[in-house]
Amino acid sequence: MDFELMVNSFPKLLSAAVITLKLLSVSLIVGLFIGLIFAILRLNKNIFINKFAYGYSYVFRGTPLLVQIFIIYFGLGQVEYLRSTFLWVILKEPYWCAIIAFALNTGAYTSEILRSAFQTIKPGIIEAGKSLGISNKIIFYKIQIPIAIRQSLPAYGNEIILMMKGTSLASTVTLMDLTGVAKYIISTTFKPIEVFIVAGGIYLFMTFVIHNVIKFLEKKYSFSQ
Amino acid sequence: MELLAFGDTGWGDELFRATLMTIAVSITAMIIGFSFAAVFTPLKLSKYKSLNLIGNIYTTVIRGVPELLVIYLFFFGGSGAIMFVASIFGYNEYIEINAFITGSFAIGIISGAYSTEVFRGAIRSIDKGQFEAAKVLGFSKFKQFYKITLPQMLRLAIPNLSNVWQITLKDTSLISVTGLVEIMRQSYIAAGSTRDPLFFYSFAAVLYLLLTFLSMKLINKLEVKYSRGY
Repeated sequence: MDFELMVNSFPKLLSAAVITLKLLSVSLIVGLFIGLIFAILRLNKNIFINKFAYGYSYVFRGTPLLVQIFIIYFGLGQVEYLRSTFLWVILKEPYWCAIIAFALNTGAYTSEILRSAFQTIKPGIIEAGKSLGISNKIIFYKIQIPIAIRQSLPAYGNEIILMMKGTSLASTVTLMDLTGVAKYIISTTFKPIEVFIVAGGIYLFMTFVIHNVIKFLEKKYSFSQ
Repeated sequence: MELLAFGDTGWGDELFRATLMTIAVSITAMIIGFSFAAVFTPLKLSKYKSLNLIGNIYTTVIRGVPELLVIYLFFFGGSGAIMFVASIFGYNEYIEINAFITGSFAIGIISGAYSTEVFRGAIRSIDKGQFEAAKVLGFSKFKQFYKITLPQMLRLAIPNLSNVWQITLKDTSLISVTGLVEIMRQSYIAAGSTRDPLFFYSFAAVLYLLLTFLSMKLINKLEVKYSRGY
């Protein structure tokens, strides 16, 4: 065991963890919007809209995240047309490519989580709203969405942790996130176990914090108060 | 379509072989995962606190750390660890283990953590009366496991195991970083030499979709088989 290396690499890995957290938070926020839109589309009665939303979540859940990042980072750069538009400003940056891929990926999973949450809302609650003369729009925003968010908290907590692990793939498109820096230190020192313990410890700590925050929110918003 | 031709002119046969490699790695990893689950599930269900702790550390660490980091640990640390063990037995030559074994082992350990959770949940949800009945009928421990626990556990576990299979299948794409030529690595090579990454990575996505789709069909059949009588 090389404790000196562990102590020396800790600050480097910690500053890399900030990039991991940045990637995670931005893609989660964008992904939540995408997920909400597609969950609503899934509940649409029009079969084409419905099938389109299903197709989106099927494709993004059925293929590895690595393929999705590579298609966006390496693949889209090949299209001549895109290079001439303003989108190229975004697509030439590995940081934004990674975020687009993560957001689309977590959006697909989030849409499934929210859809099942919407479907488990008891019809009686919506009927109660209707009989009080509340408009459909307000029932949706003030009744269905808050209940769906509460219902989906445990599953969404898992998704956050899965996404945090997913951000490690940003290192494959040259971003120096926690895993990227860990790999760099391993490949220059050839001490994989020491670096794994420190980097893995930081990841575990983040998992632990996320897990407890979700647990706290679940308690706070539980119905049985 | 020329790019996908079989033979020297296209990448069809290479990608076909790469797909078989992905399937081979996934199945090997799944089997390695099951053997890990066979060790750690009893530990997690044991009545001794210290054994529980060992089981919990395994599943928590593996499920809380990115797959890529575990793969790097095995990729860079694998041959070192094997050489250390070999040196105890007096073998001091350089040993290089191949990418297939390292890769399936790394993915296997990850898949094992998920399988352990699935098996633990399945055994927990078997009615306690079943075990008491087995005891009353004088079944031996082995017979009780083989005739009572296993069939009921499988019925409950198969739907969740199909999730584990999907995760494992998708995780194999990460082994491409170690140079094992599976779908992702082959697409990377093809994309590099033809300068057509969009086509090859999209084709890789289609191959993965096909694999997940076909395996779901197969697993659904298994599910029907194991839930007969319910």
